[in-house]
Amino acid sequence: MLEAAQAQPAWVLLAYLIAGVCFILALRGLSGPESSRRGNRTGMLGMAIAVVTTLVTHIPAISGIKTGTPLPGQDEPYRIVSQLDVTTLGAIIIAIAIGGSIGLVTARKIQMTAMPQLVAAFHSLVGMAAVLVGAAAYLNPEAFGIAVRVTPIASPSFVSIFPQSRIEMGLGVAIGAITFSGSVIAFLKLNGNMSGKPILLPLRHVINLGTLAAILGLIAYFTQDQAPWVFFTVMGLSFAIGFLLIIPIGGADMPVVISMLNSYSGWAAAAMGFTLHNSAMIITGALVGSSGAILSYIMCRAMNRSFISVIAGGFGAVASSSDAAAIDRPYKRGSAEDAAFLMKQAEQVIIVPGYGMAVAQAQHAVRELADLLKKEGVRVKYAIHPVAGRMPGHMNVLLAEANVPYDEVFELEDINSEFSQTDVAYVIGANDVTNPAAKSDKGSPIYGMPVLDVEKARTCLFVKRSMGGVGYAGIDNELFYRDNTMMLLGDAKKMTEQIVKAFG
Amino acid sequence: MDFISILSIFVLACFVGYYVVWSVTPALHTPLMSVTNAISSVIVVGALIAAAAAGSPSSKWLGLAAVALASVNIFGGFAVTARMLAMYKKRDRKDA
Repeated sequence: MLEAAQAQPAWVLLAYLIAGVCFILALRGLSGPESSRRGNRTGMLGMAIAVVTTLVTHIPAISGIKTGTPLPGQDEPYRIVSQLDVTTLGAIIIAIAIGGSIGLVTARKIQMTAMPQLVAAFHSLVGMAAVLVGAAAYLNPEAFGIAVRVTPIASPSFVSIFPQSRIEMGLGVAIGAITFSGSVIAFLKLNGNMSGKPILLPLRHVINLGTLAAILGLIAYFTQDQAPWVFFTVMGLSFAIGFLLIIPIGGADMPVVISMLNSYSGWAAAAMGFTLHNSAMIITGALVGSSGAILSYIMCRAMNRSFISVIAGGFGAVASSSDAAAIDRPYKRGSAEDAAFLMKQAEQVIIVPGYGMAVAQAQHAVRELADLLKKEGVRVKYAIHPVAGRMPGHMNVLLAEANVPYDEVFELEDINSEFSQTDVAYVIGANDVTNPAAKSDKGSPIYGMPVLDVEKARTCLFVKRSMGGVGYAGIDNELFYRDNTMMLLGDAKKMTEQIVKAFG
Repeated sequence: MDFISILSIFVLACFVGYYVVWSVTPALHTPLMSVTNAISSVIVVGALIAAAAAGSPSSKWLGLAAVALASVNIFGGFAVTARMLAMYKKRDRKDA
């Protein structure tokens, strides 16, 4: 039984390997926008190969017993015959069709600004799928070839799952469940259904560590006893820990969270790949797992925070004590006309977009402004901080959507030295990532975080809804009160449109 | 495949992943997330096995549900990635 179920024909193993290679190429393609489109198609091809291979090798069948004369070499006067199980095949096709159309419609309709939510929602689906596959494997282990039927003397026979498969299955289900509930919370926070403020439970570290220990302990115990309560307790506790881990994490840390969940969804797939001895799943899991881990690392570095401190949560919960007095500090306020005048005179303008641009859907207005400036002979560049927005690369996608050529868009380290030779920095919806306190104020919660040196530009135009609000880190920005800063108070989109009008 | 060969594939794939992902340009980090999302739905392989297997109706239903969820991700993930990637354009010659 064991050998029969696991010995897959060579072509099947090869097909899964090819699928895995296609996925590697899909990611490799993303090294540049030109090759990325082909890469994406390679990814689709890989997925098609994996799905078709599985369908062909696991044709749903109904087995029946046919009696008759024994075949040569057989003792029993009956044969097990199987025929195509049309109902099941139909159900599978319907499931793919339903899921596929939901996916396609969502992909078409989703607004680019809502991309972080969508990615979080997709992560939750991967997590849930892993949980369901794990549960299915637990309930029907023979179908996955991960069990032997044991027939002890004087007691009914039962199916015993291999201890190693139990660990793999347990881990897969646990990671999948954490991915699911964590992503659901991340989705609710990003979508605004839940406050972005961290929710801090008393003793949360004790509770979390305790739950985590319980999950690992139960998985270890699972190798000794495959009782349903062990399996389902692991599942339940993992759902709980995913929820508990994400609720204390504030909105500003969402880029890390979403990358981390991306990583988890990969590890869940890899664990399931170990269970099923499937190379495509293992390769993909490893790719996605490392991808998410690297993105989390990049995001943490861009915020000068350790991964542990992000996971521990609570960032942005307490407003800084110094800003009570700050509200009355004098600042320079400008109008759209002033801004238009300054920009027209400029030789170079650097636009610094942030989450506020996404919220106000101002990317098209920004691009219109850039077009006008270019017509006036002004050089326009865009500067993007790695954690601007709510997910890695969020701003780049929005600018691309507004038809901003990608060779005008620069990353922090590539453009930071240029601010000192720039006439106007137009900061739209970014706050914490421009805060000079990160460089000078040791007491600031964002001290040490790399920031865009917008204050070095001759004039910094800062678009902000009102003077009252603070950024997601919950701290005041020294930049507002500088001599070379002009505050443009208003909605990011409306303000940009007014500047465009003032040009006319 | 025995455990050691599977583990070898896994470890080597982690290294491949590490180098491949570092070579991804930061501008494409959002498409990277959505495409990794799509490919991690290769878990559909497990779902299809469960759905096709005879023997346990509950296992079959779980499998079918997982097939549907993973399909949302596969189609949605690749489609949204394609949509995003189509937007990244170079400067027109005229503008330059």
